[in-house]
Amino acid sequence: MTKQQANWSPYDNNGGSCVAIAGADYCVVAADTRMSTGYNILTRDYSKICKLADKCVMASSGFQADVKALQKLLAARHLIYQHQHNKQMSCPAMGQLLSNTLYYKRFFPYYSFNVLGGLDSEGKGCVFTYDAVGSYERVGYSSQGSGSTLIMPFLDNQLKSPSPLLLPAQDAVTPLSESEAVDLVKTVFASATERDIYTGDKLEIVILNAEGIHREYMELRKD
Amino acid sequence: MFRNQYDTDVTTWSPAGRLFQVEYAMEAVKQGSAAIGLRSKTHVVLACVNKANSELSSHQKKIFKVDDHIGVAIAGLTADGRVLSRYMRSECINHSFTYESPLPVGRLVVQLADKAQVCTQRSWKRPFGVGLLVGGLDESGAHLYYNCPSGNYFEYQAFAIGSRSQAAKTYLERRFGNFMDSSREDLIKDALIATRETLQGEKLRSSICTIAVVGVGEAFHILDQETVQQLIDTFELVGEEEPAAEPDAPAEEGGAAEQGGGAAEQGGGADQSAAADEGVAPMEI
Repeated sequence: MTKQQANWSPYDNNGGSCVAIAGADYCVVAADTRMSTGYNILTRDYSKICKLADKCVMASSGFQADVKALQKLLAARHLIYQHQHNKQMSCPAMGQLLSNTLYYKRFFPYYSFNVLGGLDSEGKGCVFTYDAVGSYERVGYSSQGSGSTLIMPFLDNQLKSPSPLLLPAQDAVTPLSESEAVDLVKTVFASATERDIYTGDKLEIVILNAEGIHREYMELRKD
Repeated sequence: MFRNQYDTDVTTWSPAGRLFQVEYAMEAVKQGSAAIGLRSKTHVVLACVNKANSELSSHQKKIFKVDDHIGVAIAGLTADGRVLSRYMRSECINHSFTYESPLPVGRLVVQLADKAQVCTQRSWKRPFGVGLLVGGLDESGAHLYYNCPSGNYFEYQAFAIGSRSQAAKTYLERRFGNFMDSSREDLIKDALIATRETLQGEKLRSSICTIAVVGVGEAFHILDQETVQQLIDTFELVGEEEPAAEPDAPAEEGGAAEQGGGAAEQGGGADQSAAADEGVAPMEI
């Protein structure tokens, strides 16, 4: 007598990749715009990036219905925070809120793989990377999604700082300039698009710095 | 109102069919410092007088942003007002979350009124001791509502609540015919003048009043002190100079001349000037 298996899953994977890189005074968050299901493309023009606060942007790949629900929840919570504190949430604060929100559904998780990027209270770039149930860490760079296995090793090669166990403590943020980081992101996505079938169509890049938020697009291979 | 044997519980009717506890709650509103609201086709302006307990303490917060398109000014028990504001904010957020669109003002005030009514029909509760002027924008235009502790609500072109609000109401009654087509600046000016009326001759300064605006293409926000002081200085040239400073629509010229007369009498107290204005009003067409 074999165990009965579910004949229906509440989850789906809409594919795609996200990346975030923290700099000394900027943060770059990027994601492709392809939304797929199985071997089919649902749309070539779907944004996985959401601005949660003035200095905090989230990119999420995975099940976009859960991603949308998560984004709405965080936006509503941010509104409440603003009413109570009379100011915007900082990126680290939003980072903790996202973690708690994800863990709240520990036993029916949001199928959402997130990277949070922004500026901390000192104006330095900060990136937080998450798993589906809220385990998170502040890092200098990260990628999530279907192309992350292709992207992450390359980012490690280009950006990895010496081990944090070494003294004196090294900053996790990259010494690269903003334009160099953006070029790196473009390179990385062009490469991932080649081999990952779920990544492609268009790349959306969001750059946060002291002047505000700036958005850029780049075409990717559509096959 | 005098004490009587029917006023202990909110759940006790008087033989004349009155609920005294509810009426006492409305008295609490009249004791609070003044709050004023006016609206045009496209904007709503809320103003209030901020009296601090002493020079050492900060001012009471009496105007609250509820959502981008709705704000509220309160008079009475400000703690009750704070709690109701939190409720209103929560309702707006929940509506936006579910329907991806802003909560219509009329719906919000009904919910607020129903909440107030509950407290008039439970023996273990007391009525809210705060009056709310809810100003907001929705698809059907700009709205100003007044919510009572009794659970009633009314829509207004302009209204004032709190202590010495009658002086402001008198001014507003004279001018409200023009409000619908007023520009944003004129609406704010009228709000400032109405606020000044409640001050009984005390000089209007930005430190004792708060102004908030919501309008088409303009999210609800409280004007900062500098802006308010600049507006006061622009509009509130003392007494007789006012008529000369007004480049407004013809309908307001009569009002301007009469304001000059009224303002000149301010030294004698606002009550007198209000009475004098009322006497002057019928002559103005």
